[in-house]
Amino acid sequence: MDAPIARTESVFQARGLTKVYGEGATAVHALRGVDLDIVRGEFVVLLGASGSGKSTLLNILGGLDTATSGTAQWTHAGETHELIGADDAELTRYRREHVGFVFQFYNLIPSLTARENVALVTDLAEDPMKPEDALALVGLGERLNHFVSQLSGGEQQRVAIARAIAKNPQVLLCDEPTGALDCATGVMVLQAIEHVNRELGTTTIVITHNAPIAEMADRVLRLADGRIVETRVNTHKVAAAGLSW
Amino acid sequence: MKAIHIKLWRDLQRLRAQVFTIAVVVAIGVAGFVGMFSVHESLKGSRDAFYRDNRLADVFASVKRAPVHLRDRLAALDGVAEVKLDVVFDAQIDLPGVAPPVTGRFIGLDLARAHAGRQGLNALTLKRGRWPERDGALEALVSDRFAVARSLNPGDTVHAILNGKRERVHLVGTVASPEYVFASQGGAPDDQSFGIWWIDDDRMVQAFDMQGAFNQAALRLDAGVAAAPVLAQVDRLLEPFGAIGAVGRDKQLSAKIVEDELAQLKVMGTVLPSIFLMVAMFILNVVLSRQVATQRSQIAALKALGYSDGAIAWHYIQLAFAIAGLGVLAGLGLSVLIGQGMLSLYDEVFRFNRLAYVTRPWLVGVSALLAGGAAALGTWTAIHAVVRLRPAQAMQPPAPPAYQPTLVERLGLRRFVSTGAMMVIRNFERRPLRAAFTVTGIALAVALQISGAFWIDAIAHIVDVQFRQVQQGDVLVNFHRPVPVSVARDLKRLPGVIDAEPYRTEPVRVRLRGRSVDTALTGYRSDARLMRVVDDRRGAVAMPAQGVVLSALLARELDARVGDRIDMEFRLWNRTHARVEVVDIVQSMFGQLLYMNLEAMNTLARDGDGVADAALQVDPRAMDGFWAAVKAAPGINAVFDKAGSMAAFNETTSRNMGVFSGILTLFAVAMAVGIIYNAARISLSERAWELASLRVLGMTRAEVSVLLLAELGAELLVALPIGALTGWGLATLMMRLMSSDSIDFPVIIEPSTYASAALIVLAAGIASALLVRRQIDRLDLVSVLKVRE
Repeated sequence: MDAPIARTESVFQARGLTKVYGEGATAVHALRGVDLDIVRGEFVVLLGASGSGKSTLLNILGGLDTATSGTAQWTHAGETHELIGADDAELTRYRREHVGFVFQFYNLIPSLTARENVALVTDLAEDPMKPEDALALVGLGERLNHFVSQLSGGEQQRVAIARAIAKNPQVLLCDEPTGALDCATGVMVLQAIEHVNRELGTTTIVITHNAPIAEMADRVLRLADGRIVETRVNTHKVAAAGLSW
Repeated sequence: MKAIHIKLWRDLQRLRAQVFTIAVVVAIGVAGFVGMFSVHESLKGSRDAFYRDNRLADVFASVKRAPVHLRDRLAALDGVAEVKLDVVFDAQIDLPGVAPPVTGRFIGLDLARAHAGRQGLNALTLKRGRWPERDGALEALVSDRFAVARSLNPGDTVHAILNGKRERVHLVGTVASPEYVFASQGGAPDDQSFGIWWIDDDRMVQAFDMQGAFNQAALRLDAGVAAAPVLAQVDRLLEPFGAIGAVGRDKQLSAKIVEDELAQLKVMGTVLPSIFLMVAMFILNVVLSRQVATQRSQIAALKALGYSDGAIAWHYIQLAFAIAGLGVLAGLGLSVLIGQGMLSLYDEVFRFNRLAYVTRPWLVGVSALLAGGAAALGTWTAIHAVVRLRPAQAMQPPAPPAYQPTLVERLGLRRFVSTGAMMVIRNFERRPLRAAFTVTGIALAVALQISGAFWIDAIAHIVDVQFRQVQQGDVLVNFHRPVPVSVARDLKRLPGVIDAEPYRTEPVRVRLRGRSVDTALTGYRSDARLMRVVDDRRGAVAMPAQGVVLSALLARELDARVGDRIDMEFRLWNRTHARVEVVDIVQSMFGQLLYMNLEAMNTLARDGDGVADAALQVDPRAMDGFWAAVKAAPGINAVFDKAGSMAAFNETTSRNMGVFSGILTLFAVAMAVGIIYNAARISLSERAWELASLRVLGMTRAEVSVLLLAELGAELLVALPIGALTGWGLATLMMRLMSSDSIDFPVIIEPSTYASAALIVLAAGIASALLVRRQIDRLDLVSVLKVRE
C-alpha cells in the first residue's frame, strides 16, 4: 500500500472531454467538453439526474469507455498515462492494477463465497491485501465462508467494496453503491467506503443521484446535460453515519 | 400479424445460430428415420412385387438325383399348389480375356414355356436380348448383375465345362430371377466371380446325364398354408434320393439375405434417429429454459396484460415447433439424398424387376409427429414452472442461486483447488442434471462416431480371419465328382502350384437331445494349413484324430458341450449314420458348422476316401499358366480365386462401409457441434453478466474465456471415456441385432477408432467453443454496471 501522500498530487486530469453516441439527428451528447482535476486521496461525489453524464464520465475514467474527443489522463508514481486512445489490453491492465469498481447491484459471483469473491481480484493483483483483511476492513470478518445467497444486500455490497479495495487500487469508483439499498443499509455501505478512503487514502469517486450523500464528500461535482455545472467544496463534511434520506 | 407472433419471429431471428444447430440435429434424426424406412419400403415393395410377379416358390428342396415321376407325389402333398422340377449344376466358365475362370450355376429352362410367356414358378424377367432357341448352338441367358460386372452382352461367347466337357455357350440375353436377387456362393456379394446361367432344359439334362431325373424342386403352397409341415413331408418323400433338407423362403439364401437386410434397415432407422431426436429434445430444453429465464419479466408482463398460462405456454411451444419444423423440412430433403444414395448402393447388389425410391406419406407424418413431440416435451419441461407463476411473483427477480459447500470442500481439499476451478465444480454440483445431459449428449456423439467407424474394423477383421487365417491358400477348387485324396499329387503338377490340400464337405443332419440341425461337415487333414479351422480367440485349431469340432453357433443351437456324443447322418451318398464325440467347440464367425479329421470322416462316411474340394497355394508369378491349366482341366467344376474375391469385396462392401462410416462421422460432428455450441451459448448467456463484471474488475478476455469454457471442457473430457464405452455398447447392440443363427461377428473396435472418434468430437467441441469465445469480445462492460442480472 502506498504511503499517505499529501492531497495535492493529481490522479485524474481531463480536458475537453466529449462523448457523443450515435450521429446526425439521433446523436446523444453525453458529455460536452468536461474539464476535471481530481487529486490523490480525494473523496468526490458526482451528482446529477439520470442522463446528466455522470456515469459516462465515470466509465471513461474507469477505462470502460472511450471519449469522442478530449483527453483524460491518470497519474501514478510520477508517470502520466493517457486513457483516451489506449487499446483494450492497456485498459484491462489499468483496471486490473489500479482501479477498484463498486457496482450498483454488487455484481458478485454467486457460486463463490465472500472470501472467494475477494480472492478473484487478489489472485490477479501484484501486491494485494489478504481477502480476510479486506473483508475485516468492511466489517465482514465473520462472514468469510458465506455464499452470496446467504448475505443481505448491504453485506453483499460491502463484500463488493472489499473486493474493490483488496488489490490496493489507486482509485475506487462507485456507481450508485446504495442505489439498491434502503437508507440504513446504505449508510453502512457508505461508512465502509468512507473508512477505506480515510484509512487507505484511496482516491474515491462516487456517483449518485441522491443529494444527501454528497454531504460526505470532499468535493461535489454536479453534472447536468453533459457538463459540470457546479463545483462545491464541502468545508464541513458530514460523516456517513450522520446521513439520512 | 399479431404482436405475439412478431415477438416469436424476432426471437427466432435473435437465436438464429442456435436455431440452426438444433434444426440440423432434428434434420439428421428425421433424415435417418425417413431415409432408412423409405429405403426399407422401397426395397420391400420391389421385392414383394418381384416375388409376386415372377412367382417365387415357397419351398425349395435339393436332392442328389430323384426321378421326375415324383412330381405327381409332390403335387399331391397337402398344401402344395404347384411344383417345378429343375436340373441345377455348378460349372467352370472361361470368359474371353479373363485369366481366372469363374463359377457359373447352370439351370435348365423350359424354353417352350418361356417363349409362350408361361414360365411358372421362379419366372425370369428378360432384361436384354432374347430367349434362347432350342436348336443349333448352345444358347444361354445369364444373370444381369453378372453380365454388367463382367461387361458381357448378348452375342458374346464363353466356354463352360459342363460335366467335364468343354462347351461353347452363346449368350443371347440377360435376366433377373427372383430366386437369385442376391447371387453369391457363400454370402458376400461377388458378381464378378459367380453368375447364374439358364440353358435349354433338354440340353441341361443331356449335358449332366440327368435323363428322367431332377435335383432341385420348387413348390408353391396354397394361400395360408404353413411351410413347416410341408417341409417335413417333402423331406420324407425325397429322403431316399439324397435330399439335404427342404427350406422355406426364410432359409433360401437370396431371400434370407434380402430379408436380413430389411431387418437391419429397420434397426438402423430406429436406433440412430431416436438418438438424434433425444439429443434435439435435450438441447431445446436447455435453450428454451434459458429463453424463459431471460424473459421472465416479459412473461410477467404478458400475464399482467391478460394472456393466459396456456397462451404463454403455447407461444414458447410454437418457438420449439418452428425450430423442429425447420429441421423436419431440411430432414425430408436430406432423407431423399440419403435414401436415393443408399438405394443406388443396393441396386449394385440386389437385382429386382425395378427398384424405385419411394417415400410413403405416413413416414412424413410420423417423422413430423416424432419431431414435434420431442420439441413439445423438451419445451414443456423447460417452461411449465415459470409459466405457472403469478404475475407479481414473475415480476420479481428470481432468487439468487443458492450454492452449497461441495464434496471438494467437505473433504478438506479446497486449498488445492483454484477459485476458478471451484466455480466450475460448484456449477456442476448445483445443476447436476444439466451437466449430465451435456455429458450424455457429447458421449452419444462419440458413440455414434464409433458405431459408424467400427464396421471398417469389423470388416478388416473378417477379411483377415477369413482370407488370411482360415483360407491361407490362394485358390479353392471344386471337383465335378469325388476324387481320391491322392488328387493332391496331380494338383501339385499344375503350373505354379506349390502345395495342395484336399478337403471334403458333405451335408449332414446332426441330432442331440431332441434337437436336430441340417448343416455341413467338413473334413480337413490333421496337418491342414491352406484351409483350416480358426477360433477367434485361440487361432488355428488342428483337427484331432477322432471326434468332431463344432462351431459355437452350432453348439448353441444343439445345446452341445465338449464330451457330448451327437448323432450324425450323411444326407448324400450312402446316407450313413454315426455317433461322434464333440471334442472341441470353436468360436468362429460364420455358420452352424462342424469339422473333423478327413480320414476319420471318410471312415465314417463309408464311401471310400473321396474328396470334392482342394485348397491350393500358387506362385503369384505363375498365375496365368495356372489358370490356363485349370481351364483345361475338365474335372474342376468351380474355382474360388481369393485375390479376385478380396478385390471385389473391397470394391463393394468396404467402399460402402466407408461411405456409411463417413456419413455417420458427419452426423456425429453435427451432433457434437449442436450440443457443445448450444451449451456454450447458454453458459455465456447465463454468465454474461458475471463475466462482464470480471472483465470490469480487470480480468483479460483469455482469463474470462477460461472461466466460461472450463466447465464445457470438463464435460467434454468426462464425456469422452463414457462415449467410448457407450460406443462399444452401441456397436455390440447393433452387431447383436444383426447377428443370426448363421452369423456371429465379434465386436472389433481398434484403439485408433476410439482415438479418432474422440479427436473428431474434441475438434468439433473446440471449434464450437471458439465460435462462442468470439462473443466474449462483445460483452458490454458498460451496461453491466447498471443492470441487475
